[in-house]
Amino acid sequence: MPEAPGTDGAGNEAGTGGAGHSGHPGASVPTGAPQFQVAAKNPRRVEGAVAVAFLASLLAFAAFGAAFWVAASSWVLGVTLGVALSAFGFALVAWGKYLMPQGPFEEPRPQMATTPAEKQEFVADFATRGKVAVERRGVLVKLMGAAGAVLGVVLAFPLIRSLGPRPNQEQSLYHTKWRKGAKLTSIEGRAVRVDDIEIGGIITVFPPDDLGGAFSQTVLIRVQQTGDIVTEPGRETWGPHGYLAFSKVCTHAGCPVGLYEELTQQLLCPCHQSLFDIGTGAMPVFGPAPRPLPQLPLYVDSKGYLRAQADYDEPIGPGFWYRGGSNGGPQ
Amino acid sequence: MIDSLFSWIDDRVALSRSGRHLLDKIFPDHWSFMIGEIALYSFIVLMLTGVFLTLYFVPSSTPVVYHGVYAPLRGQTVSAAFDSTVNLSFQVRGGLLMRQMHHWAANIFVGAIVVHMLRVFFTGAFRRPREANWMLGTTLLILAIFNGFLGYSLPDDLISGTGIRIAFSIMESIPFVGTYLAYFLFGGSFPGTAIIPRFFILHVLVLPLLIIGLLAGHLGMLVKHKHAQFPGKGARDDNVVGSPLWPTYAAKAGGFFFLTTGVTALLGAIVQINPIWQYGQYYAYKVSYAVQPDWYMGWLDGALRVMPSWELNLPGHMIPTVFFPAVLLPGLTFNLIYAWPFIEAKLSGDTAEHHLLERPRDKPLRTAIGAAVFAFYFVLFGASATDVLANYLSLSLNVVLWAFRILCIVVPIVVFPVTYKICLELRATPGAGQRKRHNLVVRTADGGYTTIAAEEYPGYVKAELEPVALDQVDLVSAMAADADQGTEGVYQIPRDYR
Repeated sequence: MPEAPGTDGAGNEAGTGGAGHSGHPGASVPTGAPQFQVAAKNPRRVEGAVAVAFLASLLAFAAFGAAFWVAASSWVLGVTLGVALSAFGFALVAWGKYLMPQGPFEEPRPQMATTPAEKQEFVADFATRGKVAVERRGVLVKLMGAAGAVLGVVLAFPLIRSLGPRPNQEQSLYHTKWRKGAKLTSIEGRAVRVDDIEIGGIITVFPPDDLGGAFSQTVLIRVQQTGDIVTEPGRETWGPHGYLAFSKVCTHAGCPVGLYEELTQQLLCPCHQSLFDIGTGAMPVFGPAPRPLPQLPLYVDSKGYLRAQADYDEPIGPGFWYRGGSNGGPQ
Repeated sequence: MIDSLFSWIDDRVALSRSGRHLLDKIFPDHWSFMIGEIALYSFIVLMLTGVFLTLYFVPSSTPVVYHGVYAPLRGQTVSAAFDSTVNLSFQVRGGLLMRQMHHWAANIFVGAIVVHMLRVFFTGAFRRPREANWMLGTTLLILAIFNGFLGYSLPDDLISGTGIRIAFSIMESIPFVGTYLAYFLFGGSFPGTAIIPRFFILHVLVLPLLIIGLLAGHLGMLVKHKHAQFPGKGARDDNVVGSPLWPTYAAKAGGFFFLTTGVTALLGAIVQINPIWQYGQYYAYKVSYAVQPDWYMGWLDGALRVMPSWELNLPGHMIPTVFFPAVLLPGLTFNLIYAWPFIEAKLSGDTAEHHLLERPRDKPLRTAIGAAVFAFYFVLFGASATDVLANYLSLSLNVVLWAFRILCIVVPIVVFPVTYKICLELRATPGAGQRKRHNLVVRTADGGYTTIAAEEYPGYVKAELEPVALDQVDLVSAMAADADQGTEGVYQIPRDYR
């Protein structure tokens, strides 16, 4: 096998020998050194491949233009554009990688760390100039500082304070729009009557004045045909005619607790899979939810409409710093 | 004409004086150095496609009735944001392609940043003098994640809306200021009408400006320090060995930009992403099943799922359960990342300046710590799919969730010693990770057989060459003289770093 040029350090000798047969004055490395040769084994062949890639990109760019002109479908536009760009990029990379001097080349790298003398000089200059500038202007410096400090404080006012109301202003952290006597109303605005829902049925209800409300949303479930359902002591009258109503806002991260499994009488939050057992007052039985879904006390009026006895007796949804304990109401 | 134009410019900015050394600037060659380039290029793709999208997107939650071409949605009341997103997908020429490219580029952007960061971590590129650039890069990652989430939220579809609801709960959970932050950002209670226009201006102006500014600093420091390099023939702490900016690196990097863009275009063309017309408009009382956020939020979603339902009740106050996985965990994560260069310098006592990279195996402790921490987040990422996995594997959610709760503790504990051991083994095995030379079985003239090692791969020739200082040579005439003269074999990065 013939000895390949540049193997076994032949190039090194030439490189370090400085045998100056290059035309460049002062050059210590001859132009014939292997570092200057292209990286490709067969440059002509690579040149052909690069040419084919450029040609392909040219055609694909044109095809993209044509596809755009005739408003072709999205995937045709994307494929022509993608192929064109990829072929163009491939050609450039191959050109740079195989048809240019293979090197390696080097350049010096200065260390970042400065000398103590450099540091000292800079600091001294900075400090001295500053000192001279402010030396006999102490009052001005203090005034400038004071004005700047006030600016810094008041700058935050329009930037922050005008962004929105304070949390307790709207009261939605602690209360929903449910009131005594509010009819349980579907999203279409239809008040729910006691015979509207089959056993095992579930519907999302709102107070009539807050249809679609993010905080008032409540799930109404019919568990049985008749009789009051008592989920907990003290809630004897909350579940009339086999109906139970719970806040639909998960106590974990606030997603709508949208899935109900009739067989196990459990509500599932599809976001993080918290599971609530409605028979025991929507106690969380699985997953990351820390508290039961608050229960809405119901009654049935003389015309058969389902109504709320009152608002929820605790803040609904996920916790927050000012919630004030597990049963915390408005502070 | 061009000469005189250049001369005119040059006489005013002295380009030929200040820019001359830029042409000779050396970039080390290694495949792992291209990962950061992918991040840079996908950011450019994001800006180009993003400008296109702003021409058609209406950042408003004003309700409108959909009258577009997508029949299943016709007649429904949707927000102007949702309406315009569907319309720009179906009725604007090239709109769907641009939208999908934008979304894909966002996913690639964050992904490339993370992999780039792993490269920098495992090769010790964050050491002095690059600590500040490491912190800058970490900030860029945080901004990229935030901006990705904002952009994902803009179409106001059912899935992203649920994500915003969760974000509201997470903000609320911060002690002292949480509810104020949430109310100020949302302009009141959730959902309100302010959030889409506010997210829009953050997404298209504020965060991109921050990213561009920090990116300029990131790259500026890279130029100042000059790129770190693997040790090898000729590479030292006081030099840079590789290809010159002009023309070699320019061709390769420029080509790589087009390749990145081309792949993004192909993904946008044939791999559907975020088909919001299938999800529908967001309503606070509606929710979808088996939905996952974009991948870079997966670890947070997983952490929310595996976190036990602990809530801290204080007198008059509460630290909600979401605070721990969604505020405390990311806070610890990113602060630990910021602090790592200093922690490691403290542990190792090595405060010297380094420009030569290290192989992961040569720093078993760092590599093992990094692998264990990464494994932890990877398990959390997997945990964001508990519901999908339970369905797919026909297991109960209970089993899958408990498996992930245990895995996110056990996996890092296992990964740490295993990685450590692998590093030691690799170090003790000469030639591990290198190409093996073939053995040739040769029949001799008298019928016997002998085995001889094949010749070195031609690429190894490269490793033998001495680096040439560019200021000592005339690259132009050298290139002209040897344009068509190839060496035997193909250029290859020497793998022998010892």
